[in-house]
Parts: sequence; structure tokens; C-alpha cells
Amino acid sequence: MQIFEQLLSALPGSVSQGLIWAIMAIGVYLTYRILDVADLTVDGSFATGGAVAVILILNGCNLWLAMLAAFAAGLIAGAVTGLLHTFMGIPPILAGILTQLSLYSINLKIMGKANQSINVNQTDLLISLRWVKDFAFHNPLITVGLVLIVLIALLYWFFGTEMGSSIRATGINPNMSRAQGINVNFNKVLGIMLSNGLVAFSGAFLAQYQGFADVKMGQGSIVIGLAAVIIGEALFGKIFKNFALRLLSVAFGSIIYYIVIQTVITLGLDANLLKLLSAVIVAIFLAIPHWKRQYTQTHMKKHKGGKTHA
Amino acid sequence: MLDIIGVEKTFNPGTVNAKKALNGLNLHLNEGDFVTVIGGNGAGKSTMLNMIAGVYPVDCGSIVIDGVNVTKLPEHKRAKYLGRVFQDPMTGTAADMQIEENLALAARRGARRTLRAGITPKERKEYKELLKILDLGLEERLTAKVGLLSGGQRQALTLLMASIKKPKLLLLDEHTAALDPKTAAKVLEISDKLIKENGLTAMMVTHNMKDAIAYGNRLIMMNEGHIIFDVSGEEKKSLTVEALIQKFSQTSGQEFANDRALLS
Repeated sequence: MQIFEQLLSALPGSVSQGLIWAIMAIGVYLTYRILDVADLTVDGSFATGGAVAVILILNGCNLWLAMLAAFAAGLIAGAVTGLLHTFMGIPPILAGILTQLSLYSINLKIMGKANQSINVNQTDLLISLRWVKDFAFHNPLITVGLVLIVLIALLYWFFGTEMGSSIRATGINPNMSRAQGINVNFNKVLGIMLSNGLVAFSGAFLAQYQGFADVKMGQGSIVIGLAAVIIGEALFGKIFKNFALRLLSVAFGSIIYYIVIQTVITLGLDANLLKLLSAVIVAIFLAIPHWKRQYTQTHMKKHKGGKTHA
Repeated sequence: MLDIIGVEKTFNPGTVNAKKALNGLNLHLNEGDFVTVIGGNGAGKSTMLNMIAGVYPVDCGSIVIDGVNVTKLPEHKRAKYLGRVFQDPMTGTAADMQIEENLALAARRGARRTLRAGITPKERKEYKELLKILDLGLEERLTAKVGLLSGGQRQALTLLMASIKKPKLLLLDEHTAALDPKTAAKVLEISDKLIKENGLTAMMVTHNMKDAIAYGNRLIMMNEGHIIFDVSGEEKKSLTVEALIQKFSQTSGQEFANDRALLS
């Protein structure tokens, strides 16, 4: 009973974190599902977003302008990975790792040190974990929730435009896309940029929420993003077919991920094991479609064999 | 409409796997020509089509489409002059997109892709009418994912996409080879209809000599990366499969004799 109360009181915090990471996970969805590229830049660009926002806010920049700057920084990071891949012919995973590594230095340079705190008592912020139970607009549940809805609406519109459709086609069938006059390389760069823009935007929110930016804050974020995408698809894939709803299912996936994490911590799991747990869960979920295919294949073979013997 | 001048292409040059796919290829197509292309495996038929489309760069020579030298243009920039259908039905369409979305993508071939709507209500009506030409019932399934269609339906849709912008040149690369005979006949019929109705210039690679004779106004035979036989008009109409096979062994046989003569 006490555990239940603990969980309930931690719920607004978990949901807030889930909402913040949902923006990041939607960025991962753009590359992993739409472009069919696993982009590891995000581990670096997430921290870049946090660093840029925190430094700008500390220097008295307008809060929303700081968010926009974080988004722009993410766009640039994505452009680097995109060009490493398309212009320099480096495989996308490696291109992402190269950018991610260089962003570590850049993030240190932006902040001047490994960790930069931003105190909500001294500085005005958009959101903070202290406000998760406030009944006001600055409650992260409301601010981030609204931003998320606006972002999903914008992405839904964009991927319905001529340009957005051609990006979807690029991910589904690059050969067909070229034959239809689509500049596949340009679209890949654009898609990776947009993805990292969202990831950095999410990092900017998280830095304010937790009250600091850290060069390591993005470590393993690709796994959290993938977990959200996969959980969302597993639970809502059958009912959510529309593109906007699919993005929404990614957001739900992220929230559920954080509720599950909060639950296992409350139940007494060693917090040091969290990353291992996340990785194992993602690995299993990634394996399931593969196992399913193998099972149906061997099943079909047996069936066929039976027929010929009969 | 199309000029191929002295095009050569070697794959994997300088290695043991070096393969001269095109060897001094020359070809001129007039506007409205419907050319069928035959030849043995490795004769360079598909390579020729891929070279025209810009899938690989040429080693030397030039390719001119309707007066525009496209030799150095990348694949996506040449696309505005071309319509293409491939052997594999999976290649020509985006499986995870709807029928109407695929058509809308094709309808914007050669145009800049802006932030305007990817498909308009007016287009939907047009596509519905357009799909009726195929007579496959697809006009009732505009929002169905293309991945749900059969190979023949996908090829028919790809044909429609290829011809929707009235390309200067339609390239059909063994586009019925992966289909069952009945479906193949139907897709061929649709191809012929679309080419005639739109007055397109077309090249069709095929392994079926009967089809090569029955369709089009001109036939070319390829061997070892260049054209060894080129007939059109009345002469083509009077061709028979036997005559074609004889011609093939005769022409390639002659070359063979020449090679031997050179070697001995």
C-alpha cells in the first residue's frame, strides 16, 4: 500500500519526464522508422540542446528563443551527420558516432565545463521538476504536453506536403524515389537534421526540468528513444494507423517507459542496473519481429513438406 | 528523341571481375519509336537502360535526350525526361504508401517539391479516372497501401506512374519477367495502350522473342555490349522467332569466327 502511494506521488514526475523524452523519441522515429537509418548522433545532440539552452538562459536570453536556438543547434549537428553520410559516403551508423564524439568536445566548449547548473530560484525557466504538482501553465505536464501536441500537428502537416512525402518515399524505397526525380541524398540530410533538431529541443527541456545540463546527459538516449518507439508500436501499432496517431503512440511509449522505470525503482531495483535493463528490453523487442519471421518460415516449410509426403 | 553516342562501360575495371558491359554503343531513336530490345544474358540490355537513366556514370561517350545532353546529370535530375518500370515489381513503388500517394509522387517528377500539399482533392479525382484505364479495380482502392497489391497490379501502377508525366522516353526493363504468363500478357497490353495513347517513345527489354516481334515498330538485338541487329517497319513485322534465332546465332557466330581467326 505504501509502495502504491509512493508510485502515485511519483507519477507526475514520471509522466513529465516521459513527455520530455517523447519529443526526443519522435526525433528517433523520424530517422529509425521514416528514413530507415539508425542515427546515433542523438546521444550528443541531446546534450547540445541542453547546453545551448542553459548557457543562453543564464546569459539572459528569452526562454523560447533559447529553445529555438537549441533546436537550431540540433539541426546543425544533424546536417554534419547527414553530410558525413551522403557527401563523404560514410555508413550512417559510423557517421552518427563520429558526430556524437565530436559533440562531446563541442558541448564542453559551449558550457566551459562538464556540468552547468541553472537554479530555478535565481533564473526564470519554462519548466522545472519542482512545479510538477502546481496547477499552472509552468507545470511541465502542461507546457511540455502542449508543445508536444503542437509538434505532432506540425510534423503531421509537414509529412503530408510534397517535400515531406518525398522524405517518406526516400526511406521506403530509395530506388523508386530517384526514378521519380527525388534527390535522395538531400532528403536524407533534411530528415536527419529535423530529427536532431527535435532531439536537441527535448534536451533543452530536460536541462531546465532537472536544473542542469551535463555533457553526459544524452548518454544512451538512443536506447530510450528506441524503447519508446518500440513500446508505442507494440501497444498501439494495431489500432493507430494514421501518421499523427503513430507519433502519438511514440509519445505514449515514452511515458509508459518512464512509468515502468519509476515502478521498478520504487520496487527496489538497484538504479545502477537501469541502463542494462533498458538495453535488454530494447534488444528483446527488436528481436521479436525477427523471431516471428523465422518461426513462420520454419512453420511453412514443415507444412509444405507434409503436403508433398501426403 | 534519344541519341547514344559511343558509350562504353566496364564494371569492376582493373580487377579479375572486370566486365565490359557496353562496348561502343550507338543508338538513335526517333520520336514515337517503340523499340523492343532482345539479346542473351550479359548482352548489356539492362545496362543500356540503366546508363540512360543515370544509375551509373558512363566511362566514355554521351547520352542526349531530346536535345539535352544528360551524360553528366545525376539520376534524380534525369528523371524528369524519363518514365521507368523495373523487372522487380517491388522496385517501382513505395510499398508503405497509398496508391494515390504513389501517383502523387510520380506526378511531381521533375518539379520542385515544396511545402504545398502532397496530394490535392482535385488530383484524387484525376487519379481515380486514370486508374480506370488499368481495368484492375484499383480506382476503388485509392487509399490502400501499395504493399497489399499483387505483382501484376504493382507493375500496372508503376506503368501508370511512369507515363503520368508524359516522359520523353519510357524505359521498360523486363517489366513482365517476374509475372505469371496471364498477368504478363495483361501488363504488356496495358503498356502498349499507354504508349499508343500518350504517343510515347519507348524502349522495352524482353526475353520473350514473340513479344519482341509483336510489339513496337522497331527491334534491336544486342550482344557483347553493342547492337548487332536493328530492324524496323515492314521488315520487323515480317520477322519470325525462327528467323530471329537464326539471325542471333549467325551474327554472334560470325563474331565468334572472327575472334578465332584473330586468335589462331
